[in-house]
Amino acid sequence: MSELTLDVQGLSTHFLTRGGVVKAVEDISFSVPRGRVLGLVGESGSGKSVTGFSVIGLVDPPGQIVRGKILFQGRDLTKLDERELRDLRGNRIAMIFQDPMMTLNPVLRIDTQMIETVLAHEKVPREAARQRARDALGMVGIPSPDERLVSYPHQFSGGMRQRVAIAIALLHRPDLIIADEPTTALDVTIQAQILAEVQKLAREVGTALIWITHDLSVIAGLADDIAVMYAGRIVESGSVSEVLDRPMHPYTHGLIGSVPSRNARGTRLRQIPGMTPSMLNLGPGCAFRARCARADAACAADPQQSTPVAGRTLRCFHPQLEVTA
Amino acid sequence: MTTWMLRRLIQAAFVMLVMTVIVFIGVNVIGDPVEILISPEADQAERARAVAALGLDKPLWEQYWRFLSGALQGDLGRSFVFNEPALKLIAQRMPATLELAITAVLLSVIIGIPLGLYAGLKPNSIGGRIIMGGSILGFSLPTFWVGLMLIMVFAVQLGWLPSTGRGPTRELFGVHWSFLTWDGLRHMALPALNLALGNIALVLRLTRAGVRENLPMDYVKFARAKGISPNRVVFVHVLKNILIPIVTVVGLEIGGLIAFAVVTESVFAWPGMGKLIIDSINVLDRPVIVAYLMMIVLLFVVINLIVDLLYTVLDPRVRLETKE
Amino acid sequence: MSATSQEAAPMPPKQETPFRRFISEYSESPVAVVSFIVVVLIVAIALLAPWISPQDPYDLAQLDIMDGRQPPGSRSMETGLFFWLGTDDQGRDMLSGIMYGLRISLGVGVGSAVIACIIGSALGLIAAFAGGKVDTGIMRLVDLQLSFPAILVALMILAFLGKGVMNVMLALVIVEWARFARTARSAALVEARREYMEAAKCLALPQWRLVFRHMLPNCMPPIIVIFTILVARSITLEATLSFLGLGVPITEPSLGLLIANGYQYMLSGKYWISFYPGIALLVTIMAINLVGDQMRDVLNPRLKR
Repeated sequence: MSELTLDVQGLSTHFLTRGGVVKAVEDISFSVPRGRVLGLVGESGSGKSVTGFSVIGLVDPPGQIVRGKILFQGRDLTKLDERELRDLRGNRIAMIFQDPMMTLNPVLRIDTQMIETVLAHEKVPREAARQRARDALGMVGIPSPDERLVSYPHQFSGGMRQRVAIAIALLHRPDLIIADEPTTALDVTIQAQILAEVQKLAREVGTALIWITHDLSVIAGLADDIAVMYAGRIVESGSVSEVLDRPMHPYTHGLIGSVPSRNARGTRLRQIPGMTPSMLNLGPGCAFRARCARADAACAADPQQSTPVAGRTLRCFHPQLEVTA
Repeated sequence: MTTWMLRRLIQAAFVMLVMTVIVFIGVNVIGDPVEILISPEADQAERARAVAALGLDKPLWEQYWRFLSGALQGDLGRSFVFNEPALKLIAQRMPATLELAITAVLLSVIIGIPLGLYAGLKPNSIGGRIIMGGSILGFSLPTFWVGLMLIMVFAVQLGWLPSTGRGPTRELFGVHWSFLTWDGLRHMALPALNLALGNIALVLRLTRAGVRENLPMDYVKFARAKGISPNRVVFVHVLKNILIPIVTVVGLEIGGLIAFAVVTESVFAWPGMGKLIIDSINVLDRPVIVAYLMMIVLLFVVINLIVDLLYTVLDPRVRLETKE
Repeated sequence: MSATSQEAAPMPPKQETPFRRFISEYSESPVAVVSFIVVVLIVAIALLAPWISPQDPYDLAQLDIMDGRQPPGSRSMETGLFFWLGTDDQGRDMLSGIMYGLRISLGVGVGSAVIACIIGSALGLIAAFAGGKVDTGIMRLVDLQLSFPAILVALMILAFLGKGVMNVMLALVIVEWARFARTARSAALVEARREYMEAAKCLALPQWRLVFRHMLPNCMPPIIVIFTILVARSITLEATLSFLGLGVPITEPSLGLLIANGYQYMLSGKYWISFYPGIALLVTIMAINLVGDQMRDVLNPRLKR
């Protein structure tokens, strides 16, 4: 087993709003070894993005990390001050955002936005920084990078902008990249290209990757491990092949069942009944029980995390152990 | 781009033409030029001669044509009071007004943007609330009264600054300026601040609103995720985005400041064209009034053109659209 | 289940009229309530000035030049009248002068705003309803007008017409109508898309009835808000013009003219001749503005939940 780049233990991130406490992330643990890809899956509002922002230390108030450890190469990020975190951000830990149309500053040229990232972490001459920026653009497959450097974001297509954002993330060859649904806003063909490129880069550079998405098919093709989030908790995790082939949590089961490609043509798509619960002042007990066919009185208590099989975790009183899909 | 410029120029020329008609009608139809231009002691023959000399017996359209062709040649009549070409009088007084207005613009940006940034970054702090409360005062207080209070406090009570006048000037490019001498600057301080007050409030509020609007945007979070310093995030990333609407508004307000200088110049006895126009209205020196009005409309049209151009330079998105 | 919950539902309060709701929402801000009381007081003072002022400031027989430029809190040598706020250069009691000045300032401000409101709103409604060339024509005029600052337009008109109460009011109306027109038009365009207008059209009601009986009442809230704010602006502009000597004549001094009269004495430390009319002007403008702000917050549909 290779060394862990990131090891999150019992992380809780809460939003203290006027209407009450939103436990966006509650007691989650996961780890990402060097060079591996973790897929973080869940519906919108399940706490995937907040998890990503917690790791990079950019949870906006009124949100705050209330418990837990985030060990990055052995250092606990929750103990670092803002200055130390800033040295890591964009340098050892990089992040790619969901909407490429919004992440680049519309009124600054691409070279400005790339060079400032280089100079924020390394004392190199401007020309050298520029050279680095150009190489990074070439690496993500942007043609004629010299010309593109002096362009403004609006002169790029969405896919190109996301490549630029990825190039910025790669500038310092980070040890960890957090990608928050980076391909959901893109066309399917461009999505496939970017996925392939990111995968290749992660392998070559040895970067650990957290890929946040609601799209199981992306995870199936890209990730090594998977963690399924529901209402702020990781309900199930394990290696991709294990979890997708033999899901144990009813929610994971439902998710897999609702992927269109896995259903035969002409049959109705299966869907999970009910809606995601409101996260505001969420009471105790399994948050999924209202939508779960297997729920009973036991589910009113909090299910503890168990390890049914080596390398897998689960939070459920009534796991589905036989293969039904 | 060129067709766009051409269209804007034609529009501007049209506005100027409309204004000449309005001013002409105002002076010659609503007011009675004979009564104003000819001494009341003149007898019948003298009156007739004067009317003929001024062309007032001609049909209205012909009079307008004379007025317009005169205006195009820079001839808007002679001042009765100073017995000099009206346009020359205005031109002499213009630097003082422009100097005051531009200083006021600088003040509103220098004071307004930092205060607005502070109020936007810390909206719930005591300082932020005081700034916002103060900006309401800046909007609603009458300029002339604030001017009086400034004189009362800083000139009369404290005696720190001179109360009125322009002070010594120094010549640069053949024009006299106050800002080149220390005493001139001291004279300019109160009037410029007075004139700037409303605009400080305006810039402050725009800046605050811009900060509040931009901070939650993804590009700010992405910039922070890149690990660049918070100062760079605010002063480069956020400020550059806010600056576009601010520059537009401030630019458009320069015309308003030049017009409003009428009040400040009267309070502080600042010898600019605003004070000249008030004095001229009071003694019914019509050629000067007409020259002032035409001049200020011209200034307005030119300023609007420049602001439009500047806007396209500042915002890369607009620039692209106009290029294509 | 549905039966029980219906019974359990609270009865709506007896007289939940829009007006009552407006009052209760308005009263949520103490500052706004105080401002409203101040406005009422100011209007009362202006209306009742001839009966409550200590002196008729324009009856020359009551003035004594010996009382000129007395500081606040002094007593007349001749009549024994107590000057709370001092006297001006002609021995006029400043308190009385301010009360009468308020009368003129408010009269001119409110009067011009009412006329501008009627003319502007009518033109705005016509523009919205007629559409096409009429709309374009009216709105072009509005845009042209609004691209020049109010003070300049007013200056121009007074330069042509000369000073006087009526001319000042005319200038203010010309300055303000455009804002009413713009507000009324945009409100009417919103209303025109509502269902009740469709219904009224289906009933084939005459067009004037459609505009004035059905549309106008629903366009009133934004017009009322802009009216309040423009009253404050008219008062400010009138004071400014009068201060410049282009506004009301010396025989009918508004607050602005009172301030102008005291200006020359301020440099010699006799501050009260300008200062107290200034405070009166300030309080008036601020109070009206605060009332207008709160009304805008209450009436603005975008802020409603």
